[in-house]
Amino acid sequence: MEAEPLLRVSRLKKSFGGILAAYDLSFELRRGEFLGVIGPNGSGKTTLVNLITGFVKPNSGQVVFKAKDITGKMPYTIAGMGISRTFQMVRLFYNLPAYKNLIIPLCSSRSKKLWGGKYGERDDIAIDLLDDMGFERDSQVPYKVAGSLPHGYLKRLDLARALALRPEVLILDELFSGMSMSEVASTLPLLEKFNEEGLSIIMIEHRLRELFRVVDRVLVLNFGMKIADGAPAEVMNREEVKKAYLGIHIDLV
Amino acid sequence: MSLLIYGLINSVILALYTVGFSLCYGISGIANFSHGALYILSGFTAWNFLNAAGLPFYLAAVLSVMITAILGFLFYWVLLLRVRGIPLAELIVTFAAGMGMLELLTWKGFYGMRYSLPLFMKGGIEIGPVAIDFQRIFVVGTGVALVVFLWLFVHHTRVGLAFRAMAQNERTALSVGIESDWIGSLSMALGAALAATAAMVILPLGMMESSIGLEVLIYALAVAIVGGLESTLGMIVGSFIIGFGQIAAARYIGAKWMIIVPLAAIVLVLVVKPSGIFGKFKELEERV
Amino acid sequence: MAEAKVQRRRKRLDRGIKARTDTIFVIASKRDTLYLLLPRVLPVIALLILPLVLKGYWGKVLVFACMYGLLALSWDFMACCGLFSLGQALFFGMGAYIAGTLNHYFQIPPIITVPAATLGSGLLCAMLLGPVVRLKGVYFAMITLMLPLLLKKMIDTTGIFGGTHGLPSLSPFPSELVATYLAVVGFLACLFIFRRVINSDYGLVLRAIRDDDRAVMSGAINIYWRKIQAVFISGAVGGFAGALMTHHYQFLGLSTFALDYSILPVAAVALGGQGTFAGAAIGSLFLVPLSESLRALGGLRMAIYCGILIVSIIGLPEGIFHYMARKYHQFEKVVEVK
Repeated sequence: MEAEPLLRVSRLKKSFGGILAAYDLSFELRRGEFLGVIGPNGSGKTTLVNLITGFVKPNSGQVVFKAKDITGKMPYTIAGMGISRTFQMVRLFYNLPAYKNLIIPLCSSRSKKLWGGKYGERDDIAIDLLDDMGFERDSQVPYKVAGSLPHGYLKRLDLARALALRPEVLILDELFSGMSMSEVASTLPLLEKFNEEGLSIIMIEHRLRELFRVVDRVLVLNFGMKIADGAPAEVMNREEVKKAYLGIHIDLV
Repeated sequence: MSLLIYGLINSVILALYTVGFSLCYGISGIANFSHGALYILSGFTAWNFLNAAGLPFYLAAVLSVMITAILGFLFYWVLLLRVRGIPLAELIVTFAAGMGMLELLTWKGFYGMRYSLPLFMKGGIEIGPVAIDFQRIFVVGTGVALVVFLWLFVHHTRVGLAFRAMAQNERTALSVGIESDWIGSLSMALGAALAATAAMVILPLGMMESSIGLEVLIYALAVAIVGGLESTLGMIVGSFIIGFGQIAAARYIGAKWMIIVPLAAIVLVLVVKPSGIFGKFKELEERV
Repeated sequence: MAEAKVQRRRKRLDRGIKARTDTIFVIASKRDTLYLLLPRVLPVIALLILPLVLKGYWGKVLVFACMYGLLALSWDFMACCGLFSLGQALFFGMGAYIAGTLNHYFQIPPIITVPAATLGSGLLCAMLLGPVVRLKGVYFAMITLMLPLLLKKMIDTTGIFGGTHGLPSLSPFPSELVATYLAVVGFLACLFIFRRVINSDYGLVLRAIRDDDRAVMSGAINIYWRKIQAVFISGAVGGFAGALMTHHYQFLGLSTFALDYSILPVAAVALGGQGTFAGAAIGSLFLVPLSESLRALGGLRMAIYCGILIVSIIGLPEGIFHYMARKYHQFEKVVEVK
């Protein structure tokens, strides 16, 4: 275990006009951890992702990645350093074929470095990645225009796009929302496999049953503040957490 | 001392140029780049009423303002209707319309030293070492009146409120019953009328020619951008900055440098702080 | 018993020949091959032959058309990236002034000034527009509109580089034919190169930036750097056109920053259709001869460009090229709505 955490977030604060979206947020992520982030709607989960990945600049606080301060850097710089993310509202290029969507991250200088010699065959790399995601290589699916694909495929395409950068930290923003049970069942083992191979994952989710099966640790947010941080079972028994999720019966069986 | 007076007069003239443009763009979100063309066109119209129809000046002026307002109204329905909502297309289409009109006027011979509108206030007074004619004082008075009118209209009337709603969020405005197209064309008409009014008081100070159209557009843009859109205070401050800047440049560097001040101001502001001094549209810079 | 009203609608179908020619087997049929090649090859051959056929006045019109065509192509290239400029005159004038001043003050021959102006214009325009590529479309357009005016006035007031009167008696090209072919070949080369580039992965990234720049940023790509690159490329092409003009007319003046050079490319692309480069080419090859034949109307020319621009944007937003391509590849049939 390394002494220094891979990613450290300290006292992040962000307000949009009158709305305090994040307040005094701090946590650490160790290499190889699988961290879950949960909380009711509007608790600031997506803002947290935006703050870490540079899409939004914090009013105060710090984000340190691999001992370097990345607070407020441009999103492409942060992505180039190894933190990749998916979007809650899927952001793809709908008029391009599915595999062409992956060409764009594959054109970055990070990809050039990491994919090495294979860099010249970007089309092949894209088809390979999609194959891993369940877009059969032999079928028409990878070549179909992205806009014509069903929602579950789009979500996995977004995931493939994030993975094309071979990140060290992957942040997933409600990946499973809108996915069917079978799609979730086929994607979860994939995430577990990547996690075992060394990818650290931060996963924001509402589907707690599936989430708790894979995560080591869980962060609970409410109204922009962290109210709990620990193992799933322990955290879900806390009073504050139960109150935040007022009315939701959580069964961990 | 004279620097102060000339600077003041120049600033108010600039504000007059900008009022109509600011109403349209800053408040209703319509980029009307034919503003300058409408300005000079109203002068041309008034000249025709004066000389071809022999009407007294005040009648010619009023008619000209009305006609220009109608023209602005029509511009919306003919030009902007199809491209409403795409700011860039609005800009290009109105700019092309404006330039087209200006070229038409030039082609018909509307340049050179032949055209002017008569001064309607003769005589002048002396303030310290500076002699000012009454016309210029009238211009300053009109300028102040129009700016106050703009501020009151935008902040205190229902129609003005509707204009601002449109600029901020068209969908919501539509859903509360504000008719987008009607309001849009009204604001264009009002903007055109303000341009024409400014023309009626300012043009008598010099000769008319079609190249003034582009100049006025540049001035209006400069004032609006420097001061920040959707801010009446910004418009006032912007016009003073550029107004005094021009006079200072003319005094200390050379008269030819006057036109460079607004051009450089636009470029500088857009590079350094795009939303202008009092601008509330931060969206120019960062968006998620 | 009520009669059901028959509802009809227009349906667009691909022509048979289009479907047949979509695969490699097109080469098996002469007719099918011609279907594909003719629209592409014919105009190119025509353009390459024209300099030998057209002399004198219409030869100059051909050069003009290619110059404006280059400006239209450069506009279209920037537009593919999401940068809409109203100031191609900046690139044009920059190239013209670099070539002209090098030639006038240092007696450097055209064979060096033209490449130098091309590169120099690209570099300088990229530096000037670099800080503002991050602005929203409207504000970028405004600055591009203002910059040529600003430069023009500055040269006018300070009197550098010839000031108001310009620099006369610059060196010409070795011959009329060379000059014309330079313009035509440059134009065709630019057309081909741009079409190849925009369909490559590099072009894919540029087009994606226009589509959704935040998504591209999350792919670890510096969108601002890419946009600056696009400005460099367009600036170089525009500068090339300006340098050609300077040596063609052997004169350098403030008119190289004229609004004409900013507006006609936009009108040409609006008319021809944005995004395909062929549209830009067609637009300019149509507009320039048209305006020359209307030369008698003098200043009305600009009014006509503006009119065409407005009509194109409002009435035929997809542009002539897309319209023609659609007609070529598809036909319409009236069908009943069941």
